[in-house]
Order: sequence, then structure tokens, then C-alpha cells
Amino acid sequence: MITIELPKALCSYAEAESLVRLDEKCTTVGEALDALGKRSPRALDRIMDERGSVRRHVNVFVNGESIRFLEGLSTPAPAGSTILVLAAVSGG
Amino acid sequence: MKGAFLFRADESRKKWTMDGPHFRGEAVYAMLHDTRAGRSRTYAATNSMHWGPTVRSSDDYGKTWSSGEGRSVRFSSDSGKAVAQIWQIAPGRADEPEALYCGVEPAALFESRDGGQSWAPNEGLLTHEHQPKWQPGGGGLCLHTIVLDPADRNRILIAISTGGVYRSDDGGKTWRARNTGVRAEFLPDKHPEFGQCVHKVVHHPSRPERLFLQNHWGLYRSDDWGDSWHDVANGVPSDFGFAMEIHPHDPDTVYIVPLESDQFRCTPEAKLRVYRTRNAGVSWEPLEKGLPQSNAYETVLRDALAADTFESAGIYFGTRSGKLFGSADDGATWTEIADGLPPVVCVKASVTAAP
Repeated sequence: MITIELPKALCSYAEAESLVRLDEKCTTVGEALDALGKRSPRALDRIMDERGSVRRHVNVFVNGESIRFLEGLSTPAPAGSTILVLAAVSGG
Repeated sequence: MKGAFLFRADESRKKWTMDGPHFRGEAVYAMLHDTRAGRSRTYAATNSMHWGPTVRSSDDYGKTWSSGEGRSVRFSSDSGKAVAQIWQIAPGRADEPEALYCGVEPAALFESRDGGQSWAPNEGLLTHEHQPKWQPGGGGLCLHTIVLDPADRNRILIAISTGGVYRSDDGGKTWRARNTGVRAEFLPDKHPEFGQCVHKVVHHPSRPERLFLQNHWGLYRSDDWGDSWHDVANGVPSDFGFAMEIHPHDPDTVYIVPLESDQFRCTPEAKLRVYRTRNAGVSWEPLEKGLPQSNAYETVLRDALAADTFESAGIYFGTRSGKLFGSADDGATWTEIADGLPPVVCVKASVTAAP
């Protein structure tokens, strides 16, 4: 099982739960986010743009490490992983 | 730039109450109040720096907002494009109350046929042969203006910075550049077929073929739906500017706020003046009563000038310095409605029943 934690600000946008537990088999962060998108397409729309890129001011961490410094969406997400989505250091 | 603020007043428009900010921290570049088919729906294009742009709506004057219409305004995943900003929300014609249009950055026109639940990009424009050569203006490569022919469902005109004016006469299947007479100061060829940095186009539904255009240098009128444009910068301190609005009841009365230059985008002589023509551009007069006439280094952006529909028209504009001004007498006299707002990029006015 993989757990995805979403920030509160995003939940209000996407009418999503802040804690999403995925039972389906996912081996990478990208696959896990796809699985999130099947349950809550609006949540995924806010994390990734239509090109499939994580939005510029959004950071995704797997077990505490930013995927920007790992293998991006191809970063492995082994069973038991926690994927954390956070707003980057910026604001309006 | 940091949310939406709703101001309300009765017909006297003397006393205003403010409600907001809605969408705290998000940029709102476009709004629309849609009263077609008996509804009273407010649309807002919100853009979170983190979570991106979307369109939201409210049927209760902003008490509650939808979290995003359908899957909102998005390119297809294989297009290689992503919507960076929604610059315009425009209603369809009165007899097609479920039709809505959005103009976005990068330049594209989106259409909805179900009141905003689903959206699709206009393919004719998306695949236009000129499209690869459009260049971003200072605000980005945006499609910011949508003008519909109220009578002819097949005719629609849009403007892009920088791309210029394009018109379709076949319901949006094909588009032709319509920039003859409009100059491009920043290009070696000053009169290209396309590539002009058009800032705003307006018309009145009672005389739809008569268009007015505020250009990145240049003030123009067309009497033939954009087939040809003629300079009407008669008596203005500068023909540079962004904002332009038509009078709600007179197709020959237009308002603009000239700015000194593209290098110094502030009001000339540090005087905040709206200019009005009442003869379709033959002459322009300054409107300054009640507006600051010294040390007013103000900027009014392309969608920050609006008119209501009362008989004695209300004209409103916001400044990049966060001031909101209004006139309840066609622009003759002005009062400051608000100060200290975040930078104002969009002002819209609507007359509705009391909520």
C-alpha cells in the first residue's frame, strides 16, 4: 500500500481527502499519482499540468526525498511508501 | 492580483460596500457576471501560483464558489501545451445561454457549450499557420479579447498579444488575420499581416461592425468588422495604452486611459485622465473631475476599465497601485471607491437585482 498526503489548500480545490491510501500496485511515483488521478482527477489537475509535468511551484516527496533530485516521476515508490505533496516556497 | 473583491451599490452608486478578498492570494485576471437564461452566476478565472489556473463559479454572489468547473480549461495531454493564465471569460450570445468562451495564455480560445462544465480549445486557431510565429507581449502570449457578432453566429473576432486581430466567419473553423492599417512599432515591417500587439478591441452590439482598437502604439477604428483600420488618435496625449471600454448605450462613445509610452507605462504628465470620444474617434476629451491631477503615476491595465448598464452609465477603472475609481454620470465626475487594494488587473461591472 502507498499513502499519498495532500495539503489542505489543495483539498479545498479538488474536493479530495488529505490522506489517500492506494491499494493498487504502483511501482513509481508517476504510477501512484496516476492512481490518485483516477480517484480524484481534479486533485491531479492541480498537481500536474496537462503535459504531465509536476507544476513548477509544487514539490513531491517520496519518503522525505524530493523527486526533483531523484528520478522525477520515475522515482520508485516501494510498498509502504508515503508520497507527500507540498506547495513550494513561493506565494501570491 | 491577489484575489477578487466584490463592490456593491444601489443605482445612485454613491455608497459602496466591499466584500473580499475571495481566492486569497490567487491572481484573478478575468471575471464575468452572467445573467442569461434567468441565472445570476459569477465566474472567476483564478490562478494559484502553486496549483495553477481554473474557472470557478458562484450562484450566490460569492458566498460559495465551485471548486473548479468540470475539469476546467485544459489543453489535451498530447498538445505539448499547458494553460498558464486565463485572460478572459466571455458569454456566448443571448440566444445560446450555455455558451461560454475563454481566452488563455498561451494564446488559444476555449469554448464551452454546457455552461462551463466542459471546455475544448478552438482547433482552427490552435492549428493556425501563423500560430508558431506569435510572440509573447509583456504580459505573456495571451488571447485577451473575444468579440462576438450578436446577429451572425458564424462571426467571432479575437485579439492576441502579440499576434493581432483574427476573425472567423465560419463559426471558428477558419481564421483570417485582420490587421490592415494597424502598426507594429517594434517590427522592421511596421504593417505586417499579423504580429501586432493589440491590447483591446471593443464594439457595441447595436453596431457590431464598428470596432475600436487600443494598440501597443495606436488607436484605431474599423467600420467593416476589422477588414480595415483607421487611426483615430485625435487629441489624445499618447496613443499608447491598454484599457478600452464602449459606452453601454452609444456605439460611438468609447473610453480609454492613455499611458505615456511602452517604456514608461504611466499616465502622461502624472495626471490620471480617462479620455472619451462621443463621435467615434473624431475627437477625444479628457475626463478628470475627481481624479488626481498631480503626482499620479498610475497604470490602468487592459481589463481594468468597465461600464455598467444604467441609463446614466457607470464607468469604473482600477489601477496597478490598487485604487478603484467610479463615475455614475458617463465619466463626467469621478470618485475613489477604494484604495489600498492589491494591483488591479480586472474590473467588471454588472447590474443585477439586490441579492
